[in-house]
Amino acid sequence: MSTTQLLAPNVTAQHWADPSHPDDRPFIRRYIFSTDHKTIGNQFMFMSLFFLLVGGALAMMIRWQLGWPGQPMPGGGVLPETMAPGGILLPEFYNSLVTMHGTFMIFFAIMPLLVGMFGNWLIPLHVGASDMAFPRLNMMSFWSAVPAGFIMLASFVVEGGAAGAGWTAYPPLSAVPEYSGVSTGQQLWCVSLIILGFSSLMGAVNYITTIVNMRAPGMTWMRMPLPIWSLFITAILILLAIPILAGAAIMLLFDQTIGTTFFLPEAGGQPLLWQHLFWYFGHPEVYILILPAMGVASEVIANGSRKPIFGYPAMVGAIVAIAFLGWIVWGHHMFQSGMNPLLGSSFMLSTMIIAVPSAIKVFNWLGTIWRGDIHFHTPMLNALAFVGMFVIGGLSGVFMASTPVDIYIHDTYFIVAHLHYVLFGGSLFAIFAGIYFWFPKFFGRMLSPTLGKIHFALTFVFYNLVFFPMHNLGLGGMMRRIYDPNQYGFLEPLQPMNTFVSVFALALGVSQLVFFFNILWSLWRGEKAPENPWRSNSLEWSLASPPPHGNFEAMPAVYRGPYEYSYPGRGEDFWLQGEPPDGGAVHAPTGGAPVGEGVPQ
Amino acid sequence: MSEAAAIHAHAPRPMEGIRVYNVKLGMWVFLLSEVMFFSGLIGAYIILRFANPEQWAAPGEVLNVTLTAFNTFMLICSSVTMVKAFAAIEHGDQAGLKRWLLATIVLGAAFVGIQVFEYIKLAEHGFVPMASQYAADGGGPLYGSTFYTMTGFHGAHVTIGVLCLIFTLVKALRGHYTEEYYSGVEIMGLYWHFVDLVWIILFTIVYLI
Repeated sequence: MSTTQLLAPNVTAQHWADPSHPDDRPFIRRYIFSTDHKTIGNQFMFMSLFFLLVGGALAMMIRWQLGWPGQPMPGGGVLPETMAPGGILLPEFYNSLVTMHGTFMIFFAIMPLLVGMFGNWLIPLHVGASDMAFPRLNMMSFWSAVPAGFIMLASFVVEGGAAGAGWTAYPPLSAVPEYSGVSTGQQLWCVSLIILGFSSLMGAVNYITTIVNMRAPGMTWMRMPLPIWSLFITAILILLAIPILAGAAIMLLFDQTIGTTFFLPEAGGQPLLWQHLFWYFGHPEVYILILPAMGVASEVIANGSRKPIFGYPAMVGAIVAIAFLGWIVWGHHMFQSGMNPLLGSSFMLSTMIIAVPSAIKVFNWLGTIWRGDIHFHTPMLNALAFVGMFVIGGLSGVFMASTPVDIYIHDTYFIVAHLHYVLFGGSLFAIFAGIYFWFPKFFGRMLSPTLGKIHFALTFVFYNLVFFPMHNLGLGGMMRRIYDPNQYGFLEPLQPMNTFVSVFALALGVSQLVFFFNILWSLWRGEKAPENPWRSNSLEWSLASPPPHGNFEAMPAVYRGPYEYSYPGRGEDFWLQGEPPDGGAVHAPTGGAPVGEGVPQ
Repeated sequence: MSEAAAIHAHAPRPMEGIRVYNVKLGMWVFLLSEVMFFSGLIGAYIILRFANPEQWAAPGEVLNVTLTAFNTFMLICSSVTMVKAFAAIEHGDQAGLKRWLLATIVLGAAFVGIQVFEYIKLAEHGFVPMASQYAADGGGPLYGSTFYTMTGFHGAHVTIGVLCLIFTLVKALRGHYTEEYYSGVEIMGLYWHFVDLVWIILFTIVYLI
């Protein structure tokens, strides 16, 4: 930065790629403590995939216990006596499994994949910047997420084991060690999430500043690719929701350690206060976990259909509407916690209204596919699965929003089915789509399409066989975090269905190895990626794969929206955002005014 | 304006954004999240206090309002000196910048010092955050818990602010800031005023009401 700052306050000196200079950063600055957003995105990918494996392994253990209750788990002998004596999982350990599966998947897998990985990969490239607004803050964001994850992981080996009060950590169970049998683990849970909160905040500050201030000339708000819109809104949600969680987690930590009674009723504390604070964070969090997935799916679906996204302004409006409504619905998690019925009804209504912008998005995806020239490449298959699964998950959400129905299905496997339909069927399929789509850009190698399609087919089939029957388990009355359903006579008839689910859950787990093998194999042996393998439009596809440090050689110019597929009268069915209209001399558009000459808006 | 127009004509510039430079925008955005953090704590305070009015002593009964009023006055003064520091560098007054930054540091550090002194005195009288050891003449354990959590986190913010101010002063001593480049001082001021503002709210609801 220099004196230009006062002349043009929004200009930050950007260090563009210089083809005449070789990249001479030493190894440690290049691959470990790198400030390059692309490297940080890659780091987030590897970290989150590791925790996805951890969370998946925990899920496999949960399913073993539910499928074959009380029987020794194959390979369970390696676990210590405090977890699984003789390979039989202890109930206390099962509580930790359920808690940590949720915690790892939400905070250390899905969230960093969607926000950390896609946010870092895409934002500077999509808006045409050389890097994030605050590259060093960005590096700190990643390097504080890593210790947070390992603190969480380490809680398995401390005395008393890992946190066991559920990922929602309701007090008094979470606040008093005698109740759950876990003391240090529950404290580490709080500490880890507080550190992770700092990581998320640093990311959010970076994303918002970069998107607002560093868009290349011509990149108007309504020409931004939809992943950027969704990441922008998500960053605002993170910015406002995470501090609430941090504050609540700090109070919980004080209850656990120094003996305050914020959430403990014996001295006037309020257990319900935790639920309000947690869900006031928790419901925006739900949209943090789905909005970027929607953005990624929109990008891939438009590309796979070779058509402009249907209703771009409505898509943007729906993202904003979902994010706004997400702040006034938290009470629907608490219908069973004791609430004024009038308040319950208003939460019911506000929740159901969210179905409207969600449906707008679904119909717009269908409208995009409608009569398109559909290419069923691996990203497209996953994105289509995202739409289908999101519809099922969204519809079961409407059931739960209805108070009378929720009183029956609250905390049953119906909830488990619903949240996995949106988080696995929704978010994770979109993550798969995004990784297949952008992996070539960031690693310079294509992922194997054959392995990709095998992975998709196995995942899609097994996924539905695992999670669809859970709706029935829940309607049959099976409780959400129960260790052994057979202790109740009325749940015994559900055992065959539980075994069925577990068999396919194990198969689902194993079939993910195809995905991990594909990534590792393609990193070294994959086909070399061309600049624009998917014939897509956004700015990154005009750069080398992977793009050089600094991304662009000079500030790029943007001439049109990101979804100009199959433009009538053009030979190609795509039109790069940075390609000048007449294909000839570059009219570098200058700052400020959007450039629209000869370009359909 | 002509100079800016010249730049405009020759070099491509990014979209106008919101005409606030990056570091300043980043600080504003960060402060939004800080607002939410303190809102969470204050919200919890309101809920707990309304549910347990008997656990709160009358204003001044347990807490030393006079001492804290003086402390509040010092913090407000430190906001004024911060503005003076910013105004100085805006006009290129290096000596003024250093002088007013130093004054802000002294006032901020004094605030933290008095707060620590206040904590020690209160703890001597049994006013502690631990529910089982609460023994003050009035109020109940939640009074102590919420008091220390809210003022403690504010105190932590002031402490961090003082450390950042020292960092800013070191940079100022090295001649880092100029009439044309002073974003570091400006965002320091934003943070400092925010911390001051939070204190005015906390002082009102914790000590006066």
